[in-house]
Amino acid sequence: MTATQSGAVSAHNAKVMNRFDLTQRLVAQLKHGEAVIGGIGNANFDLWASGQRPQNFYMLGSMGLTIPIALGVAIAQPQRHVIALEGDGSLLMQIGCLATVAMRMPKNLTMVIWDNGLYQITGSQPTATASTADLVAMARGAGLANSAWAGDEGDFDRMVAGALKGGGPTLIAARIDHKPAVGATDRDPVQIRERFMRGIGVRP
Amino acid sequence: MTKKPTQPAPWYEIVLATLKANEVKLVVYVPDKVFTPLIKAIHADPYFIAFTATREEEAIGIVTGAWMGGMRGAVLMQTSGFGTLPNALASLVVPSQIPALIFVSERGTLGEFNLGQALVCRTMRPVLDSIGIETHTITRYDELEFIVDRSIKQAVATQAPVTFILSPLLTGGKVFQH
Repeated sequence: MTATQSGAVSAHNAKVMNRFDLTQRLVAQLKHGEAVIGGIGNANFDLWASGQRPQNFYMLGSMGLTIPIALGVAIAQPQRHVIALEGDGSLLMQIGCLATVAMRMPKNLTMVIWDNGLYQITGSQPTATASTADLVAMARGAGLANSAWAGDEGDFDRMVAGALKGGGPTLIAARIDHKPAVGATDRDPVQIRERFMRGIGVRP
Repeated sequence: MTKKPTQPAPWYEIVLATLKANEVKLVVYVPDKVFTPLIKAIHADPYFIAFTATREEEAIGIVTGAWMGGMRGAVLMQTSGFGTLPNALASLVVPSQIPALIFVSERGTLGEFNLGQALVCRTMRPVLDSIGIETHTITRYDELEFIVDRSIKQAVATQAPVTFILSPLLTGGKVFQH
């Protein structure tokens, strides 16, 4: 049984997992130069700590624009799979982007949402997902039918493997604990952008 | 019998042709009444990938990703929409050196009837100046192609964004209706 097929896993019975562990599990499945766009803050930091693949882009500002940036890369490079790593607070800030993704239906885009119910990096104030909002329900409402909670680590691995087959945009939401990120990125936006463009073959 | 003089192409066809000539394939926009003929013409041309974003900064994110993936992109919006952009420009586009091509339909001046538009309009150029984004206000038809064409080339060559503010003097603007 997978959550994607059954829809049985809800935000309330999904296992609380660890972001760095899941990030490493995700990266371990990337064998075809997949692009990964890390959202500002801890999503980025754990991506950095998981190994600095040249196809990783670390967004240092512009909270909320992870998925829009990933959509842009996916449009420009339809043969390459693109993964956005975004937090619950960031997604809430630019939730309309899910409607845009649904309208475009890119086959090569996967959105991974780390939901700890916190604005963790700014002092751990609760987000709306800690009490009332369900990001998977919101994504489905936006038109992204292939949106689901990962029930546990094995479920997450299977959902990632399914998403990487490229059948359509997939949103995988994971409930995560309150542990801080393991690393921290460099802070040079030009170097980060340039390395990424070389990594995905845009620059020689 | 003399041949009837041909009508010059409307402003929006000049913009469309100049985008195409410069291989700007992606156009993401939040709609604007004055830009409607431009948006329609872009959608009618299969060269372009064109769609709406729910918010102007989202459009900026999308063209940023596209540029990094090897595709040039422009965003279209009206003046009030520009008001949503300062963070995306100052924390993404400028520091990452992204040649985002930003077209703004100018509201808030030359006959504006909505006070909110007029006030947002006053914030636009100071914001652009403060973060050093090259900005051209285009008022004249005969300068349109030159400014847009050369500025797109400069944006790409220098890896810097550029803003084109299309004045009601060029587009006709939006007229108050009782």
